[in-house]
Amino acid sequence: MDGGLDLFSEVDENPSDGAWSVSAVTKQARRLIESGFTQVWVRGEVSGFKAYRSGHWYFTLRDADAQVRCVMWRNANRSLPAPPDEGTQVFIEAKPTVWEERGEFRLTVKRLVPTDAGGLWKLRLERARAALERDGLLDPARKRPLPKFPNRIAVVTSPDGAALRDIVSVARRRWPMVELLVVPSLVQGEGAVEGLCAGLTLAERIPAVDLLIIGRGGGSAEDLWAFNSEQVSRALAAASVPTISAVGHETDISLTDLVADVRAPTPSVAAETALPDRGEVVGMTTALAQRLASGLSSHTTLGRERLARTTDRLTGAMSNLVENRKAVLHRLGVQLDALSPLKVLERGYAVARDVSGRVLKQTGDFTPGMDFRLTVSDGEVAARSVTKEPGNNGG
Amino acid sequence: MSEQKLSFRTEVERLEAIVRSLEGENLDLDKALELFQEGVDRLKKARELLAQSELTVQRVLEENDGTLGTEDLDL
Repeated sequence: MDGGLDLFSEVDENPSDGAWSVSAVTKQARRLIESGFTQVWVRGEVSGFKAYRSGHWYFTLRDADAQVRCVMWRNANRSLPAPPDEGTQVFIEAKPTVWEERGEFRLTVKRLVPTDAGGLWKLRLERARAALERDGLLDPARKRPLPKFPNRIAVVTSPDGAALRDIVSVARRRWPMVELLVVPSLVQGEGAVEGLCAGLTLAERIPAVDLLIIGRGGGSAEDLWAFNSEQVSRALAAASVPTISAVGHETDISLTDLVADVRAPTPSVAAETALPDRGEVVGMTTALAQRLASGLSSHTTLGRERLARTTDRLTGAMSNLVENRKAVLHRLGVQLDALSPLKVLERGYAVARDVSGRVLKQTGDFTPGMDFRLTVSDGEVAARSVTKEPGNNGG
Repeated sequence: MSEQKLSFRTEVERLEAIVRSLEGENLDLDKALELFQEGVDRLKKARELLAQSELTVQRVLEENDGTLGTEDLDL
């Protein structure tokens, strides 16, 4: 192209036959067109869309009666989430020009907005959703139950955002025993997708986390966009602990909501869902305490009954013995009686024992002033040792 | 970063299991008493935990050496 222009310039400066060269006429057309328009907004339908490897987009914009070629350079289109589908109605902000090599009237597109509000975003969301669905990440069977009494919750969000403030205030009210570990992340704009993914990776490394909340407060569809990222959704789906996604307000549903184990409409609700109510739990432990007590008493009742039955059997066995073996018992009883130490005591002996019950057999077992007990035939007598030579028998 | 100390869940889950055993199983008296005593201890710990009122909010940081650290977040 540059070579052609150089050639043209030479020709232009040296007209020989009064005829315009093709280059000259297209260049003049380009000048006229470019000076005749500033940026314009054009509405039309996208057709013949093609994205080149260079990243530039080419398509035709048309309505019922006309069409115009359009180019959207990479620099302009990379802020868009996805290319427009064939047939999409769009608004473009563009600068009309002439592409000299082809003598083609063309629009250089600076901005492209689907006429359907949020159309491109929706399109991209649908594509990402379909990809996640194909991989089974939206399967309801994947949903894990939340822990009943979480100890430690990782919260991936902005440390300055409304979402965190809401979660903290609910936690204070409902379940202050929990430990909230905030993994700071950008939640909107450039770097938010990467930040959230890095946050999720970091959260995985925190020990003993039993629940993860990812979210942010309300904002525009663009503000919430990072939570529709396929990359963030996949990272969330890979979390090893149950997850809650809480993005924006009631009506905002994001892709992370679909892959999380639980979707909460707002961050406050996420905290309410995650945390038990202390008052209710106090009531529950009181009920458990009552059941514990009655559980035990059922066993003691049972034990008493069992004991009673056993006693009955024993008594029965004893009375049999008594009835049938009276003579034997009597003989045995006499023998036992004869062997009993009490019989010896009856003859006038006594047994001396110290306070611990040890039998005192010789003088060395006694110390002066020591208390001991004497067992005689019909009972015990308290006694104390007396000696004229204290220490003589000590030890 | 520390592991979590005492867990309310551990105490309550064990307590529930104890209550279920006491209510349902055919235990001898010694075993029942032993479970009851453990239940009382668990209940006491659970109630102590329930009495805690200071919420901990910390910000997780990755240190230069790659380890994780925390700092208090005042909210």
